[in-house]
Order: sequence, then C-alpha cells, then structure tokens
Amino acid sequence: MAADTPKSVILTPVFKNNPIALQILGICSALAVTSNLNTALVMGIAVTVVTAFSNFFVSLIRTQIPSSIRIIVQMTIIASLVIVVDQVLRAYAYDISKQLSVFVGLIITNCIVMGRAEAYAMKNGPVMSFLDGVGNGLGYAVILLLVGTFRELLGSGSLFGLEILTLEKNGGWYVPNGLMLLPPSAFFIIGLLIWGLRTWRPDQNEANEFKIAPNTKSQEAM
Amino acid sequence: MAKSNDTISKTLIVAFLLCIVCAVVVAGSAVALKPQQVKNKELDRRSNILLAAGLLEPNQVTADKVTELFKKVTVKAVDLRTGEFTDAVNPDSYNQMKAASDPDMSKVLKNDPAGIKRRENISLVYLIGNVDHPDKIILPVRGYGLWSTMYGFLALEGDANTVAGFGFYQQGETPGLGGEVDNPNWKALWPGKEIYADNSMDPEIHLVKGGVSPQTPNAENKVDALAGATLTSRGVTHLLQYWLGRDGFGPFLEKYRSEGA
Repeated sequence: MAADTPKSVILTPVFKNNPIALQILGICSALAVTSNLNTALVMGIAVTVVTAFSNFFVSLIRTQIPSSIRIIVQMTIIASLVIVVDQVLRAYAYDISKQLSVFVGLIITNCIVMGRAEAYAMKNGPVMSFLDGVGNGLGYAVILLLVGTFRELLGSGSLFGLEILTLEKNGGWYVPNGLMLLPPSAFFIIGLLIWGLRTWRPDQNEANEFKIAPNTKSQEAM
Repeated sequence: MAKSNDTISKTLIVAFLLCIVCAVVVAGSAVALKPQQVKNKELDRRSNILLAAGLLEPNQVTADKVTELFKKVTVKAVDLRTGEFTDAVNPDSYNQMKAASDPDMSKVLKNDPAGIKRRENISLVYLIGNVDHPDKIILPVRGYGLWSTMYGFLALEGDANTVAGFGFYQQGETPGLGGEVDNPNWKALWPGKEIYADNSMDPEIHLVKGGVSPQTPNAENKVDALAGATLTSRGVTHLLQYWLGRDGFGPFLEKYRSEGA
C-alpha cells in the first residue's frame, strides 16, 4: 500500500473504498435506521465516533496486546465505547435514542468497527488510526444519509421532519410510498447506489469468480 | 517483542488491566449521566400524559412548558381491587411496571383479553383540577396488539365517560398499518366518544371496521378501526375494554360517574 496521507486516509473510505458500498459491511443497521434522516445522521455520528476512538485506543496499545486475545481486547474496547455513546445519547438526545433503540447497542457488532480495528489499527499509529476510523465512519454515514434522504422524502414526504412534499392526507398532492418506510426499500436503494458507484468507478467491480460456460447441449422442446 | 506478549502472565495482565480501565469508564459514564437520563424519562412520561389530555400540542414539547403544565396535574394512587385512593405507596416514587411483575403487588390474570398476563394491584392515575371533581382523569393503559405491548394514556372528561384524548407512547406495531395508532388524524377521532352505554359497568367502546358516521347507531361508542390492521385494532378494543372494565379502572370511575349523574 502506498504511504498514507491524512487526507487519503479520510477520503478513500468515503467513495473509493466505501465500507458499505464496496465492502458490503454494516448493512443490517443501514436497513434499520434510515427511515428518516434524524436517526440516520445520529447513527452515522455515533458509528464515526466509535470507530475513530476504538481505532485510536486499539492502536495505542497494539504493541502490548497478546495475539491470542487480541479480538477480545478489541471487542472490549469497542463495547465500552458503544456503552458510553449509548449513555450519552440517552442523556442528551432522548427522543432519538428511543427511536434508535437497540441499534446503538448493536454498533458493537457492526463489522466496520471491528474490521478497521483489526485491519488498520493493529498495524498503524494512533493518529492515523483515528483518522482512518473517522474516514470509515464518514463513509458509513454518507451512505446512511443518502439512503435516509430517499426513504424519508419518498416515504414521508419530508426531510429532517420538515415537510417538503405536501402529503395527500394533509391536503397536498403527494401519496407517500409506504414501502420506503419498510427495511426492504433500503436494500433496493443500497443496491442502486452500489450499481451507480461501480458504473462511475469500474475498478470497483469484482472479477467473476467463475465463467458461465456456454450452453452446448441443445435440447428439443418437449 | 511480539513473542513476549504471548506469555500467560502477560496475557492475564493485559486482560485484567483492560477490564479495569473499561469498567471504570463505563461505570463512570453511567453514573455521571444518570441524573440527566432520569430527568429525560420523567419528562417524556409527563409530556405523554399532557399530550393525551390535550393540554399540550406535539410541536411545543419543551422541558419548561411540560414542567409548568404538569403543575396542574395531581398524581394519585388507586387500589384497583376497591377503586379507592390508597396511601399504601408514594405516587412520586411508585414504579407501576415493576409492581406489575412483583407477585406481592400484582395478580395473575385468568381472564386476560388485553394480553398483559399480570395486573398490578395499585395503579397511578393523573387528575387535572379538583381531586373530587376533576376536569380530566388520565389513566395509564396497556395491552397486546399484533407484535407488541402498546403503552398509552387515556384521558377522560370529568364525567368519567367521555374521552378527552387517547394516545400510545410506546408501540411496535407494523409501520404504516397498525403503527397508524400514532397518526394524529386517527387520534383526533377519539375526543367526544363515550366509554359506557347508559348505567352499565361494562365498557361499550370499541373499534369497528368500515367507518363511523354520525348516523351509525350508537356512534358515540364506536371508533373507526385502523385500515389493514385488524389485530392491532382488536388489541386496542380489548385493552380499553379491559382497563375500563370491572377488573381495571371500572370501580374507580364508577364513583365519578354516579356523582356526576
């Protein structure tokens, strides 16, 4: 890998190596919390903070961690940070934390956090690891906000709770698409985003694992 | 260097120190933020009570406003077995949900339409105005819908029969279908409805499919059900009939009804 500059460490994960779009990590929470932008934004910030600090602390003690328990050590650090974030949200953003409910706690199991701790923070210095965490958190947050924008606008006719498209039930013209409020719609939107991203940057396409052989045996129609 | 990290003693030391540090951080944050969290919870509960009573609009919920409005509310404990006020518990510190799972303070329900399994012996009620002749009576209700137990507050007028407002503050029903119990348009159907038919102890109020117009017979006891949410609607009917019936607040409300008549 070429020498990392702080800028590349932050920006690469946002578009070039996005944890959701390219690595397809962290999909579960991306489905659950993107039905409106408020929760998507807070979740994005929470994951960014956790990834950044867990990378920082893991990197700080990386030379002391016995390799036999390194995963447990990482998990302990991540879990502690997630609990702290959860407590802070409950104290200062009670409504949002009620909506996010269990998904804040589930940041612990978000593959992005642990993936970065293991892949980057164990091999790099604390400052760069911190920035790498910020970058990956931002990459996650960007996708969440994109998905959240589509879902809230099309599903509820609003953005950040402000009405943009006047709903039919309030005397307007827009009939909201209820599917957008359900988790499967996030799948569709993420799929379309990945398609768009890979068309824009063809180098993100994965090589075929195998080639489909041509159908050689012709068969009479029965 | 990597090798020396892998000795048993080093492994134990690292694990131990890490646990100590993390425990201190977690415990510290939990303790330090506790007062703020308790305040939030209380504020949330109070604003839901005020929202149900219609004293507060959803877009004007602020801490000061809720605290100020809540001064009008008297919290009382009611013994559901007798329907009388009781001093057995302190209303300010009584935890109703905890009591509902405590065998000494609750009873197992044999006839359980609301799907709550246990019912606490003592419930809190919230009165606005004079305690003997309140303007509004606000009752906590809960019951099982399709997926989840729905928790809400029902506000009655002083005659203990006319609904002043109704709303759930916690539910996990299907978004867009049963979740529409939170829809302001649906909640707006409730004020003015009547719980009991004349002189009966059994609640008459229920949800009906197909809409309710003023011409519908007994329209005052009927509320339009939620479209596409038969089981959630049934749950709402059941929980209201349970909590307002003989086993719930029926005896308590009876007093106000007979006085009013």
